[in-house]
Amino acid sequence: MENVKIIEIKKSVFEDNDRAADALRGELKKKGVFLLNLMSSPGSGKTTTLIQTINRLKDKIRIAVMEADIDSDVDAIKIKEATGVESIQLHTGGMCHLDAEMTEQGLSNLQFTMHNSQCPDLVILENVGNLVCPAEFDTGAVKNAMILSVPEGHDKPLKYPLMFSICDVVVINKMDVLPYFDFDMEKCKEYIHMRNPKATVIPICARTGEGVDVFANWLLKEVENWKE
Amino acid sequence: MHELGIVFYIIRDVKKAAQENGVEHVSAVVMNIGEVSTIIPEYLTDCWRWAADKEEMLKGCELKIEPIPAVTHCDGCGKDYPTVAHGKKCPHCGSEQTWLLRGNEVEIKEIVVPQNK
Ligand SMILES: Nc1nc2c(ncn2[C@@H]2O[C@H](COP(=O)(O)OP(=O)(O)OP(=O)(O)O)[C@@H](O)[C@H]2O)c(=O)[nH]1
Ligand SMILES: [Mg+2]
Ligand SMILES: [Zn+2]
Repeated sequence: MENVKIIEIKKSVFEDNDRAADALRGELKKKGVFLLNLMSSPGSGKTTTLIQTINRLKDKIRIAVMEADIDSDVDAIKIKEATGVESIQLHTGGMCHLDAEMTEQGLSNLQFTMHNSQCPDLVILENVGNLVCPAEFDTGAVKNAMILSVPEGHDKPLKYPLMFSICDVVVINKMDVLPYFDFDMEKCKEYIHMRNPKATVIPICARTGEGVDVFANWLLKEVENWKE
Repeated sequence: MHELGIVFYIIRDVKKAAQENGVEHVSAVVMNIGEVSTIIPEYLTDCWRWAADKEEMLKGCELKIEPIPAVTHCDGCGKDYPTVAHGKKCPHCGSEQTWLLRGNEVEIKEIVVPQNK
């Protein structure tokens, strides 16, 4: 038999990232920068919702956006054109999620970042469209938000429990198409609260802007709380 | 592509551990993977083969998976039950005040290195 030595490791694959994320959050706290991690399936309306939200807040606070797309800068350009705020592309190198290290790298690439008096009050990270991996990797964000759109169905909290359990707010988007789908809002809320009793649920229509005020106000309040 | 991302983290951790222990080649990595961790073992080993062979230290290194069954604990009646069969609702008393005791691990248990005595 071959002679081998066994070295015990006993270490979670997420451990290093969790530590890096906590360190990043600590640094953001010192600088008074609020980082929001926005997640969803592809196409549920992250970019559209961001544009609506930013246009409601940009006169009150300084905002910057980081777009994590696997391989394009379409969204980063769209945000820049529609809102005028700084918006950069993060390259995930083919990865299905962002981790704390990549997020920190992105933050350091923001132009008007980390020079104290000019720090943005709010940085929004549009994560890769995917309900599995982003939930497992803490980005260092202060709060997590996700968007579930009506066509995806109200059973998603049952199928992707981890994602719903880590989100502080769940935005239900595309309320305008409700009549065409069998989406059950009450059931959806019930399932979300089974996973996460503390989650705030906000129905919106990003296309028309209906309900976006509620989300924008939630965000503004969180940003103010973080600075205290 | 979920599993490929995980594989990159495993490789990073294993290389670090190997360096710390003065190891030049690793012949096997043993993982503890929880039943409800969202990792599909076959995908993980496929991605591992592809990525590990690109690393000098891990050429031919085998990824062994030891599954950990998922167990949920019920606060209602204090009993434990298998998560996959019953989900969130306790089969003993019907309570939904339950929480996952184990089964979502994605953990590197140990590495195996050849010894030439
Ligand atoms: N009917 C309707 N369509 C919407 C709404 N919000 C967004 N859309 C449409 O949904 C599509 C996707 O929207 P995006 O904002 O690009 O979604 P996303 O989540 O950023 O997409 P990815 O970045 O590709 O994952 C676009 O065609 C939007 O116009 C809405 O409230 N109602
Ligand atoms: Mg987008
Ligand atoms: Zn019970």
